[in-house]
Amino acid sequence: MNMVGRCKFLLALAATVLMIGAISFACGGGGDTITVYSGRSENLVQPVLDRFEEETGISVLVNYASTSQVTATILEEGDSSPADVVFLQDPGFLGVLSSEVKLASLPNDILNKVDGRYRARNGEWVGTSGRARTVVYNTENIDPETDLPDSILGFIDPVWKGRIGWPPQNASFQAFVTGMRVMLGDDETRKWLEGIQANDPRSYPKNTPTVLAASNGEIDVGFVNHYYLHRFLESEGDGFGARNHYIGNGDPGALLLTAGAGIMRTSENKEQGERFIRFLLSPETQEYFASETFEYPLAGEVPDQEGLLPLDQLDPPDIDLSDLSDAQGTLDLLRDTGILP
Amino acid sequence: MKENPASVLKVPNSRGSIVGSSMPPLPIGVPATLVALAMVLPIVYLAVRTLGAGSETWDLLFRSRTLEIILRTLLLIVTVSAACVVLAVPLAWLTVRTDLPFRRLWAILVSLPIVIPSYIGAFLIIVALGPRGMLQDALEWAFSVERLPDIYGFPGAFLSLTLLSYPYVLLTVSAGLWKLDASLEEASRNLGSGRWRTFFQVTLPQLKPSITAGALLVGLYTLSDFGAVSLLQYETLTAAIFIQYESALDRTIAAALSMVLVVMALLIIVMEAGTRARFKYFGSTPGPERPAPLVPLGRWRWPAMGYCALVVLASLAIPVAILLYWVVRGFSSEESMSFVWGATWSSFYVSALSAAVIAVAALPVAIMVVRYPSYIANVIERLSYVGFALPGITIALALVFFTSNFASPLYQSLLLLVFAYVVLFLPTALGSIRASLLQISPKLEEAARGLGSSPVHAFCIITIPLLRSGIFAGAALAFLLTMKELPATLILGPLGFTTLATSVWSAATEAMFAQAAVASLLLVLVSSVPMGFIVFRGRQPG
Repeated sequence: MNMVGRCKFLLALAATVLMIGAISFACGGGGDTITVYSGRSENLVQPVLDRFEEETGISVLVNYASTSQVTATILEEGDSSPADVVFLQDPGFLGVLSSEVKLASLPNDILNKVDGRYRARNGEWVGTSGRARTVVYNTENIDPETDLPDSILGFIDPVWKGRIGWPPQNASFQAFVTGMRVMLGDDETRKWLEGIQANDPRSYPKNTPTVLAASNGEIDVGFVNHYYLHRFLESEGDGFGARNHYIGNGDPGALLLTAGAGIMRTSENKEQGERFIRFLLSPETQEYFASETFEYPLAGEVPDQEGLLPLDQLDPPDIDLSDLSDAQGTLDLLRDTGILP
Repeated sequence: MKENPASVLKVPNSRGSIVGSSMPPLPIGVPATLVALAMVLPIVYLAVRTLGAGSETWDLLFRSRTLEIILRTLLLIVTVSAACVVLAVPLAWLTVRTDLPFRRLWAILVSLPIVIPSYIGAFLIIVALGPRGMLQDALEWAFSVERLPDIYGFPGAFLSLTLLSYPYVLLTVSAGLWKLDASLEEASRNLGSGRWRTFFQVTLPQLKPSITAGALLVGLYTLSDFGAVSLLQYETLTAAIFIQYESALDRTIAAALSMVLVVMALLIIVMEAGTRARFKYFGSTPGPERPAPLVPLGRWRWPAMGYCALVVLASLAIPVAILLYWVVRGFSSEESMSFVWGATWSSFYVSALSAAVIAVAALPVAIMVVRYPSYIANVIERLSYVGFALPGITIALALVFFTSNFASPLYQSLLLLVFAYVVLFLPTALGSIRASLLQISPKLEEAARGLGSSPVHAFCIITIPLLRSGIFAGAALAFLLTMKELPATLILGPLGFTTLATSVWSAATEAMFAQAAVASLLLVLVSSVPMGFIVFRGRQPG
């Protein structure tokens, strides 16, 4: 046996493996390809991307992370970011990107697909679906008629000690806190956060486990977005032990948020990116958001969905979503109050 | 210059170095130096970036809350290490030194939980013992128990880490027991001490170094654990770093907290090195150690078996049973499990790729260290072991900072991820290759060189074939560790790249337990292949 030959062969093999790895990485770019940074989860978004690829022949590279992580990544990457489109969970972090001069203006035909309330004042991002803030409650322990306060502010009452759950790392939760700061000011918001903190809330990493915990009776109430419940109702049936309570009354706890998308100023594939956003706002995808993810469609005619409080009955507070861009201030506040490390 | 006869003959010394040739040939020296430098690059950059941070970051770092997190981390480290010692020392003694029935089988069974990653253990604890978990349901049905004590926080973190990491103590203590000189115990018995007294006054003190080594390994494992503490909501340093990284726009605080983590890891390593230097135990005679006779357990063998069975039940049988239950439940509920095949393939090829790279990178370092010992070789070896002390999350963050500022095309590339794995797991492979190389006499190589071969050629034709099994064992270990690694994969994974580890993680955080179970089972199955190889090789003579 020729040992030198074998030695060389092994080295060549290792080099080949490395080359293949490098090439398969490098071949990502070029052609009709866009790179999407998604702050929305894979099981929600991937089917939409697959349909888009199928219909347009444009292939999509996608990076899933939390909304704040996507934002931080883009800020860290600076002008060399490979992202073409950002698709985020909430308007707050889109606002951050917009104020850091990362987003390009969107053409009017895209912006005009949605109501003025659901897009950026400066036209740099557009809402793609609506999500209402709700209080999810355990149906065994809570009677929504009598047990729940009129305002989210009422949950600082000590009777709620050990009964509350929330996902403080979640971008929508943080946008809700930003909304409260816009409405009531930092001092009142800090008081509310400290009041809830004094009630020993349970922190969950995301919305889904918060809703599940409410149904289990692990907590009695949770502060979440409305649609997670409906996904559970669909898979688990009506026996699922939690329901949503919509606070309404223009209360900070009744904020209506949008998931939204924008195009990177540095993108070299703006045209394909715009096609992607048009696809998100097309009747087909809007219908998907409504039926699959139980969000509120924002573009075109909005039919009422079964089991969902209609969009025009939500009675959310009157806040311009572009004002929710001080995500950093909210993060500082959550850190100061010890809610985030 | 007078020729030294020894250097003409090139007599190898006992450590396997080549006398008179401390300068390695360039094809060995240059790559070895490069590998060592690459190992320390991330951590040096992290330090530079942290030290260069503004005063605002320092204010945030020196809050009482940081101290609270550190204390919480220390509490977990100390309690888990102590519990592991209490759990593992009797197991080691029973399986090595007594006539426990089926002791070889028990020895394998009690060491198996080491293949279950902590995040899988944590997710199983949540489904089994969580509020409204399986135990709660059973108790409610049988005894109408309303609420179990809360498993989130310290109890869950303590339980999952103890049940999965005690094998580290078990393995070091078992090794210590094998090497123990029986004559000391015999002397104690001959002088009239009873079995118990001999155990506590003679055997246990001699085991102190291996117990300490095992406990410190557990401490290091607990310190760098990310998955279990995050899922069970016990906020240690790694969990805090990840939350910071995920939710903050400014990542400098995460970097600063990582440096605190590095300092704690280094303290543990220093403590370990300190105990190794302090304890020196020698046999009473220079002759070969005699194997000690097995201690007859008598009627104590029943409680002893019961104890082993209990540990196996809690740390292996029940977790696997729960896993299987959820897998069956998942497949019968028509939940989509198709994600798992892509993840399995990604896991497999990224682990194979990094194992190959690690083996190739570790080889020149091992040769340099063993064959050409010198001051520089010593430094290179130390530097290469740096990754051993560093938690995955710190390496990942360091690389994120480095690439996004200096090498952005590499950011979130497969290359970068593999590089992180190399930094993290090269030490393990290096240890295995180095140990094998020490056993191969350089005489043969020298004979080849005497016949006119160049050093590299001689090494290729003579030593590499003999070293093959050591290289494969090192690569197998690296494969196993890469497969299980979670935080580095989460943070550095390329666009749309999911492995089994990240699938378990994302499904578990979304409370999709059936999906998490399927991915977990595949992860354990795929990792048991290299594990089997390592165990099988370890049992072969020689």
